[in-house]
Formats: sequence, C-alpha cells, structure tokens
Amino acid sequence: MAKTHYKLIILGGGPAGLTAGLYAARARMDHLFIEKGAEGGQILLTDWVDNYPGFPEGISGFDLAEKMTAHAKRFDLNSMFGNVVSMDLSEPIKRLELEDGSSLSCNTLIICTGARPRPLGIPGEKELTGKGVSYCATCDAPFYRNMHVAVVGGGNTAVQEAAHLTKFADKVTLIHRRDELRATKILQENAFDNPKIDFIWNSNATKIQGTEGVEELHLRNNDGEESILKVDGVFVLIGVLPNNDMLPLDILKADDGGFIPTDLETRTAVAGVYAAGDIRSKEVRQIINAAGEGATAVLAAENYLINLS
Amino acid sequence: MASDKVKDVSDADFESVIGSDTPCLVDFWAPWCGPCKAIGPVVEALADEYDGKVNIVKMNVDDNPATPGKFGIRAIPTLILFKSGEKVDQVTGAVGKAQLVDLIEKAL
Repeated sequence: MAKTHYKLIILGGGPAGLTAGLYAARARMDHLFIEKGAEGGQILLTDWVDNYPGFPEGISGFDLAEKMTAHAKRFDLNSMFGNVVSMDLSEPIKRLELEDGSSLSCNTLIICTGARPRPLGIPGEKELTGKGVSYCATCDAPFYRNMHVAVVGGGNTAVQEAAHLTKFADKVTLIHRRDELRATKILQENAFDNPKIDFIWNSNATKIQGTEGVEELHLRNNDGEESILKVDGVFVLIGVLPNNDMLPLDILKADDGGFIPTDLETRTAVAGVYAAGDIRSKEVRQIINAAGEGATAVLAAENYLINLS
Repeated sequence: MASDKVKDVSDADFESVIGSDTPCLVDFWAPWCGPCKAIGPVVEALADEYDGKVNIVKMNVDDNPATPGKFGIRAIPTLILFKSGEKVDQVTGAVGKAQLVDLIEKAL
C-alpha cells in the first residue's frame, strides 16, 4: 500500500510552498508536497519580476517559477499532483481528503494555498470572461494587438501589467477609484511616462457589455456621473481572494477576508499547522516574504516535531 | 508518458480532428502562458482517463492564428469541447479537474 502518513505535508506550490519544500527536502524531513496544477502559483501570472534579490537583471515570472521548482527538486522533493478538498485539523494527527477520494494524514501541515485574482462582481463580467474580460495580462495581452483595452485597478499588479499591455495594445486606459495610484513609485513613473497609457480617476466600473466579445465598459465617477468607454478588453487587476475552500476557517480563526492569521513563526491557531505566503493574513503580499514565510514555517514545524518525540 | 496522449493539432488538420466521430476537447495554449502550464497536468490526466472516449488535443495559438481567431479566443488557456465538428461548450482559465470533467461529460 502506498504511504499515506507524513510528518509534514506542504499544501500548495507557489513561492511559499516551493521554499518550504526546498527546506523540508534539504533537511531530509519525512515530507509530502502537494500541488494541484503546475508549480509556481501566482508568479506564473506575472510578466516580469524586477524585485526578487539575486536576479539583478530581473526575471520572468515563468522562469522564476521553474528555477524555484528545480531548486526544491534538487533536494529530492517528494511531490505529488492532487487536489485537497477538505481537511480535519481537530486532532493531533491532521487528515486531508483529496478530490479523487483518497486521504492523507500528517503531524504538521503548512498551508500555502495562496490567493487568486479578485473579480469586480459587476454585470457582464462572468459572461464575458475569456471573451475580453481577463485577470491575466501576461496570458492574454498578445490577443489585443492594435486594440484598446481597459485596466481596472491602481496597485502594483494593475500598473505593471498596464505597461506590459502597451507592448501589444494601441491604447491602455487605467481606471482607478481614487485620485492617485497605490503602486510603488517606479511603476507609477513608468506608467505616467508611457504615451500609450491614459488614466480615468475617481471612477468605478459598473457594467461590461458586448455580444461576441467586450465592446463597452460602463463607468461611474465619484460624483455619480456615468460614462461609457469603448474597449476591446477589460483587465481586472484589483487584488486577491484567498484560496481557502478546503480549509476549516473556524478552527483556524480566519480573518474577515478569509485569510489565515499566524504569529511571527507562521503558527496558526491550531498546533502543528502553519500558514505561509498569500493565504496568510497580512498587509504585504510579495514573492520575497512568501518565500521567507515558507522557510520559517518548516523550521517551526521541525521544532514542533522535536518537542513531540 | 501521459503527455503523448495530448497530440498537437494545427490550423491545417483542425477540421478533420474535430470532425471525427469521437468527441474532441481542444486545449488552446501558448508557451509563454503560466496558467496554460498550470492546467497541463490536469489535461494530461484527463487524456488518460478518457482514452478512447474523448480525443484530447492541444493547439499552440502562436503557431496557429486562424483557428483561435475563428472561435473568438481572447484568453488562454481556453478549452473547447466539440462533438461531430460542432462546438458544445468551453471553459477559460486554469480551472480545476472537476470543472473540466463537467465539460467533457457534456459530450458523452
């Protein structure tokens, strides 16, 4: 029979999970790393990573994901492909149920399930997803050659990906609900200097319209005035939602947004359970702190296991 | 290798592939697309599970511009299910296995 119990299970394979996997494998811990798709997580959605130390020229999100994966696998990462749908964390032995009906158990669990792009939740958005509404500029920008697209958002992702879109689109209109961007200064400067990007301030998207594909984005400004922007595509880049469907949120004492609070050592409210990366309740969601938390979580789990025996 | 089951189709042979009696799922992808890579293992696993019942293939949208244009594809990965040459339904994005199973079952 295949082994079903591990001292440590790492759930999710973005930067936090891959770093946890690297540390656990290198420490020769009895571990299992579970990812439901390809390793990399949200960095696979990122065009260019310019702020990860050790890559002075910058690196594409795709390449960074491959390097992190290769690094963890160099130390014999024990990985499997699977989709955890629920878990029981009420006992010292934690149990995970998978989509295929099998179950696994562990003494310690590191939750690195990450986050996904947040939708606007406006009429037409769902119907036109894949037909002009997109959450991944890196994936879909090449389909908008010589077209006009809107980007909704004002944070780092929105501003960086707006610039990426100008490599293909003729015109990019960035729509932001405030009168200034939240993105870091260097990204703002690049956007303001880019002649293909214009801005609509103090406005919210209210509706997306089109028959075969996106044709119009309806806007309302903070004074209540409505307007219609004719566009071929709408890129929604307004933050993230936690991937927490499989998590027992009550016992983990999830915050109002559904993210998991921890202490500085990434310990959650449940002994032996850790949270690292974007699923953690925190202000800053960067690749570098996700990776750092993944490492911290393995060391905390190791300490917990030593005290058990 | 499971991936051998997911054959490449091109603009040239597309019509003959989807026109066969076996239902066909086409995964539109590109090498620079992260979520396409993410969904790859799921598509490969499904190709194994539905071997003989559904023909699961992939099309590189960089090399084959005509077919994605014809189907109005503006995002990848997009997976379109065909039965007897007609489009049944489609999904976009790196969705989970359950959602792809739901899609495939529509042709069975």
